[in-house]
Amino acid sequence: MPVKTKPMPELVRGAAHPMEKYLRTERLPHIWCSGCGLGTALSSFLYAVDDLKLDPDKVAVVSGIGCTGRIAGYVRMDTYHTTHGRAIPFATGLKLAKPELKVVVYSGDGDLFAIGGNHFIHAARRNMDLTVLCVNNFNYGMTGGQVGPTTPVGARTTTTPFGNFEHTFNLVHLAASAGATYVARWTVLDGRRLKEGIKEALTHKGFTFVEIVAPCPTNYGRRNRIGEGLDELRFYRENTVIRHGTDPKAAPLEPGKPIVVGKFVDIQKPTHLDLYETKAAEVRK
Amino acid sequence: MRKVMTGHKAVAEAMRQIEPDVVAVYPITPQSEIAEYYAEYVHDGIVHTELVPVESEHSAMSACIGAAAAGGRVMTATSSQGLALMVEMVYIAAGLRLPIVMALANRALSAPINIHCDHSDAYLTRDAGAFMIFAESAQEAYDYTLIAQKIAEHPKVRLPGIVNLDGFTLTHTADVVEPLEDEAAKKFVGDYQPFSPMLDVDRPSTWGAFAMPDYYFELKRAQQAGMEEVPAVFLHTQEAFAKVAARGYRGFFEGYRLKDAERALVLMGSTAGTAKVAVDELRARGEKVGLLKIWLWRPFPYREVAQALAHVNKVAVMDRALSFGAMGALYNDVCAALVHEKNKPALVNYIYGLGGRDVSTDHILHVFQDLKEAQPAHTLRFVGLRE
Repeated sequence: MPVKTKPMPELVRGAAHPMEKYLRTERLPHIWCSGCGLGTALSSFLYAVDDLKLDPDKVAVVSGIGCTGRIAGYVRMDTYHTTHGRAIPFATGLKLAKPELKVVVYSGDGDLFAIGGNHFIHAARRNMDLTVLCVNNFNYGMTGGQVGPTTPVGARTTTTPFGNFEHTFNLVHLAASAGATYVARWTVLDGRRLKEGIKEALTHKGFTFVEIVAPCPTNYGRRNRIGEGLDELRFYRENTVIRHGTDPKAAPLEPGKPIVVGKFVDIQKPTHLDLYETKAAEVRK
Repeated sequence: MRKVMTGHKAVAEAMRQIEPDVVAVYPITPQSEIAEYYAEYVHDGIVHTELVPVESEHSAMSACIGAAAAGGRVMTATSSQGLALMVEMVYIAAGLRLPIVMALANRALSAPINIHCDHSDAYLTRDAGAFMIFAESAQEAYDYTLIAQKIAEHPKVRLPGIVNLDGFTLTHTADVVEPLEDEAAKKFVGDYQPFSPMLDVDRPSTWGAFAMPDYYFELKRAQQAGMEEVPAVFLHTQEAFAKVAARGYRGFFEGYRLKDAERALVLMGSTAGTAKVAVDELRARGEKVGLLKIWLWRPFPYREVAQALAHVNKVAVMDRALSFGAMGALYNDVCAALVHEKNKPALVNYIYGLGGRDVSTDHILHVFQDLKEAQPAHTLRFVGLRE
């Protein structure tokens, strides 16, 4: 069904984005396709930074390769665009050298869980004090929509034209099992709850993880008859259930089943730096 | 039958005809389309290959090595950072003498990140132990993929091979390509006879075992011996190819209007097409210029390059990558080729086209002009650079 659009009100057209102060506007327009979820994902993060009144000079944003990876180029903070998969180890080094920084890894499912999957589980295991925000669009969007570790069974991609048959990662379960101390999942439909989730992740000490479910109409939606970005948002509205505290193991993203969102893990345990300092004090005695 | 296709499609077609048992591949711009075309063949059931969409290039080459050690015919494709991640395993494939052939869609290495063509990824694997071929066109990329597979699997060689095609310039542009008929291509490549495959239960074998100072050296010498077999096998395979194709290649490089040239270029890849236009233009003005376009870069054909260039007065060697702290790698090769010659041309090294910087006919004309005055010295000269 075609989406009816109203003409944009004068007030909105040409007006500055309320979070523009955090953006490198000289780098705009961005490269993201119409209907992509990354705009909401990024603005939710910026609203979270704004709400928390974080000093942008004390926030570092690290991303890997892919469409989400481009966030590092658009944010007016200290940012680093790493090679494919290496955002987390770069962020680990950054945090160790400058523990006073709030270090955020903002990257995609392909980058964080395929080529960089090893780094993810080890940073979670160590409880490195990092916030990892993962935009999950179920495929490698930037390279043309190939199958990845989050592609649902049966989904069509450019490398699985007749449907994916491989088992899929449940990212929140993986994060929790590997040792993350805060784990949540939201869709980009729910920008307000996503912002609150990111705020919690940013203020939580230790390894925190927020999975952000987002449409990729150009590469994923189109091939899987999901329709435009708005159609996918409509799908989220009709099929998302909030279940805080659910065992993440019981919340896989599976075709035909509701998208379970909410806060799944919120625990405290010593971070890598805490333990390092304890050990260092012990040996220096 | 002549068809219009991109370099990617041409390589994928050659792979379809070779029909490896296993293809393990990870997406990267500008290579991804090869895997996508191949996935279609797999899913359409027209090849019996197991296509494994692995989680990184390191895994891609590792899976290829496992499959090849088990006795399979194996191929992959990558580009730039993908090759950089894979390179540890390329050394292993060569050391284990596994004939894995890959297409390399040449792209500049980071940092800064760039997706366009230069040869820095190829230069990175120069010493890895794979034989390396450069294509000028989609047709050459197709032809040399078939040829490389046959060379790699030759019992005297048994080494990995890399077929280079310039990213975007060749991979993404459509050109006229005349593929062989399936039957002819399959007959040309032939059946693969693996050497001591792992899954031979009657002859169990261990791969990748430790070799201490007592044996390591001998094994590396044996690997070099395999590489030394490549030139003869290369020529022989070219000859066999000429019998089944409407076109033939002869030699390790193409000499274009080189025989009576006073000034000449040496380079690799798609820029050869541009250079040929420039050579024709200068020839029309009566200037005696020519081109030597390398097909086989590793092993380097020292003797033949020296013979082909001995009569030239001045040679511009054009490298599409920097080898920081040294002259261009191709320049060093040509220097080494000529060092024992009595009559040798003066050599000048030009660096061009890094990160996809366009190289036009005018740039090549400029190089020929500059070459007239340039003093031979171990100094890099840059083409099309703002300084």
